[in-house]
Amino acid sequence: MWYDLFSSDLALLTLTVALFVVGGAIHRRTRLMLLHPVLLTFLLMILFLHLMKIPYARYMEATKLLDFALGLSVVSLGYLLYEQSERLGKNFLPILISTFAGCVAGILSVVWIAAAMGADRVILHSIAPKSVTVPIAIAVAEPLGGILSVTSVVVFCVGIFGAVFGPSILRIGGVCRSEAVGFALGAASHGIGTSRAIELGVIEGAMSGLAMALMGVATALLCPLMEQYLY
Amino acid sequence: MVGLLVILLAYLAGNLLSQLLSGYVSGNVLGMLILFALLKLGIVKAETVRPVAKFLLGAMALFFIPYGVGLMESYHVILDNLWAIVVAALLSTVVVLLTTGHCFQRLMKHKRK
Repeated sequence: MWYDLFSSDLALLTLTVALFVVGGAIHRRTRLMLLHPVLLTFLLMILFLHLMKIPYARYMEATKLLDFALGLSVVSLGYLLYEQSERLGKNFLPILISTFAGCVAGILSVVWIAAAMGADRVILHSIAPKSVTVPIAIAVAEPLGGILSVTSVVVFCVGIFGAVFGPSILRIGGVCRSEAVGFALGAASHGIGTSRAIELGVIEGAMSGLAMALMGVATALLCPLMEQYLY
Repeated sequence: MVGLLVILLAYLAGNLLSQLLSGYVSGNVLGMLILFALLKLGIVKAETVRPVAKFLLGAMALFFIPYGVGLMESYHVILDNLWAIVVAALLSTVVVLLTTGHCFQRLMKHKRK
């Protein structure tokens, strides 16, 4: 009886949203990166499904609505791109060159290092788009044949890592101009890096949002090409 | 409501285009580029899509939760390749930070001269 009650579409959807909302409240109180609502929801949801013996296939079916909305949110990134593109202005060329360099260096380095350490090809497909926002990373990894749960978790953790350690790494590495710091944070650690950049300052936040949007587009277009010829 | 219609139509057009390109780039990414083009060319006003787009973008993290939960079935793949994934992802993130940061900083300095 409990199984029937908790395995319904409505119950599973409600629980997912509820965990996310509660996680958000905890995150705002503590400001701890490791208590990010997304991580909390991942773990508690897995725990719940495990305890109730609800198979993952049932959960995926119940949350189809969220998957559809994910597609819509990728499309609405076009609006974000438009908003950010108004900022391109006079730095047009430096921005495009840096995006291209970061995109190519990011994909090749992650794929080559993982391959050198003996990772399977399916893992390479899953983590190749690791620097871009999760919905785009999923959209890129899916046609390549990656494992999407691996993609979403790895990309998310990369975002946390970049947001927490990015500013120090940039300082030690000799990147000190506000524009460059913001740009690098958005390029390497997508939305999570951008929220950190916004805390650093207005210029950092703006450049970070722009970098995140452009990295998404560059990776979506270049990754399939690089998969065919470079790894 | 018109904003939602525009986003759905862009998605639909993106899916069609994706099929023509035999799936090289996925339909939602192409839909994103189509929406961007519509806004840039002034065919659709930013105000029309802003409310829906802001909502969808704000809730984006919620929408990918089901994929992350998939870890309960694929965790062994991560564990089998744990070190390769962790080392590659962290080093590569440092590479991206320094490449984009330095590239941008140099090019800006160059321009100022």
